[in-house]
Amino acid sequence: MKDITLGQYYQAESVIHRLDPRVKLVGTLLYMISLFVFNNIFCYIVAAILLAVVIALSKVPIGYMLKGMRAIMFIMIFTVIFNVFFTNGDNLVEFWIFHISKEGIRMAILMMVRLTLLIISASIMTLTTTPNRLTDGLEKLFRPLKLIKLPVHEIAMMMSIALRFIPILMEEADKIVKAQTARGARFDSKKLTERAKSLIPLIVPLFISAFRRASDLALAMEARGYHGGDGRTKLYPLKYASRDYISYAVLILYVAIIVFLGITSARIIAHLTPANSYLSLLF
Amino acid sequence: MPIIADHLTFVYGAKTPLQTTAVDDISVKIEDGQFIGLIGHTGSGKTTFLQLLSGLIKPSSGTVYINGEDIYAKDFDLHSIRGKVGIVFQYPEHQLFEETVFKDVCFGPKNMGLDQKETELKAYEALKLVGLEDEVFYQSPFDLSGGQKRRVAIAGVLSMKPQVLILDEPTAGLDPAGRKEILGLIEKLCRENKMTIILVSHSMDDVAEYVDRILVINNGKLAIDATPKEVFKHREELEEFGLSLPQVTKAMISIKESGIPVKTDAITVDEAIEEIMRVLY
Ligand SMILES: Nc1ncnc2c1ncn2[C@@H]1O[C@H](COP(=O)(O)OP(=O)(O)O)[C@@H](O)[C@H]1O
Ligand SMILES: [Mg+2]
Repeated sequence: MKDITLGQYYQAESVIHRLDPRVKLVGTLLYMISLFVFNNIFCYIVAAILLAVVIALSKVPIGYMLKGMRAIMFIMIFTVIFNVFFTNGDNLVEFWIFHISKEGIRMAILMMVRLTLLIISASIMTLTTTPNRLTDGLEKLFRPLKLIKLPVHEIAMMMSIALRFIPILMEEADKIVKAQTARGARFDSKKLTERAKSLIPLIVPLFISAFRRASDLALAMEARGYHGGDGRTKLYPLKYASRDYISYAVLILYVAIIVFLGITSARIIAHLTPANSYLSLLF
Repeated sequence: MPIIADHLTFVYGAKTPLQTTAVDDISVKIEDGQFIGLIGHTGSGKTTFLQLLSGLIKPSSGTVYINGEDIYAKDFDLHSIRGKVGIVFQYPEHQLFEETVFKDVCFGPKNMGLDQKETELKAYEALKLVGLEDEVFYQSPFDLSGGQKRRVAIAGVLSMKPQVLILDEPTAGLDPAGRKEILGLIEKLCRENKMTIILVSHSMDDVAEYVDRILVINNGKLAIDATPKEVFKHREELEEFGLSLPQVTKAMISIKESGIPVKTDAITVDEAIEEIMRVLY
């Protein structure tokens, strides 16, 4: 559990850390969309370059970031295998129900690059933004939805509380597991039914503790005069600085380049590679 | 069942920016039947040290010998020491989960593989030992008072008949009467039931009166290992660690400083009175 970097904040002093969370949210969203709209190599090269620059600026060690990806490796490998074997196209190799085709390999490579970029971009956002800033950003971005009576502030508050509680509950779970282990409980049974049963001594205390904390928190919030979002001001209100405007400009430039490449690349590729050469696998 | 810690070291979050050495090269031998007080400031590494002693987390380096066997050796079955080394965590009542008090206390012995009859017998004995009345046996543990819940939790560990009992701040969050009861119970377990006890606290007042030997941990290191009377000779050192002397000892020191020639090694109120009487008459 400890190895999941996704969703964890990495303390450092960098431009990326200081960026307004709204910029990072919008940026990450646009970036993710861009990965899925076009699927040719030029777009991915540009996308990878942008990501590399952001990583370098963020001062988060690459090793730390990749450690978080180990957990998702499984899904990735699964996707690749699935794509290699089950994409229809001109078959290169064939046996039983499997067939490996040029399209399959192409799809697999594409999916892998896509997923890698996707996960890294998402983790960059969470690694460089504290959960509090993130929800502040979300709240502000979605504020217009208040017009259609969506309780934006309340949702944001719930999110930030939930995020705040994840590490606390993980710690609590860790303690309870140790305490019950010391009482001879085993959490590593091979049989599924036994394993499910062995979780009761963990889950019951965990739920009770979550409820206790929730009611304590509710009481503490009320005691300090919390009454919902109306008229509530922020200790650190979000304000755009020049670096944020520059980032938006970079983002617009990026989108323009991607769109341009996406539209024109078909023609470039046709010029560059004769059909059926192995090089064309890449495109 | 002597326990030996051999150059024990434990590091949290190794190779991350938050790396903390919680236990730093501690070597110590704990003999059978000793009543040991482990004292240290909050965050000094007490809890981590206890978990290492009871085989719950793997040390970064060094090891623990229980009964002469290296418990972190590759072929050692850690499950075999569960029940022999009992550990009562801080706020142990947070780990209660069964519908009734009795069932909860049965959890440990059942896991040890005992049959129903033996399990129930052990649970019954443990509940009696901690001084709970029969009425509460079939109540939900969640309906009890704080002090009662804590006793149920302690009974849940005692029911496995451990030879070594480790308690992590067992008096935290209890009122003075509750503290006295729990400490009295623990003393009884050591003196009458011949258990080896390791009692953790951040307060000298709690342990000074009861224990045979005090281990002071500071910043993950074993700083002092002495009898209660000797420990308080390290007054400046203790203050540097953020620990204070027991109230009684402090009072004796101020009496001495005001010119009355008392000895300052009194730990309990009775000892202090005796010493004052001796000087006055
Ligand atoms: N699960 C954990 N992850 C990271 N650091 C921890 C963890 N548990 C304890 N620590 C750190 O290790 C040090 C010792 O903690 P602990 O053993 O709980 O001390 P004590 O019980 O004396 O208060 C502290 O600095 C604490 O912040
Ligand atoms: Mg502790």
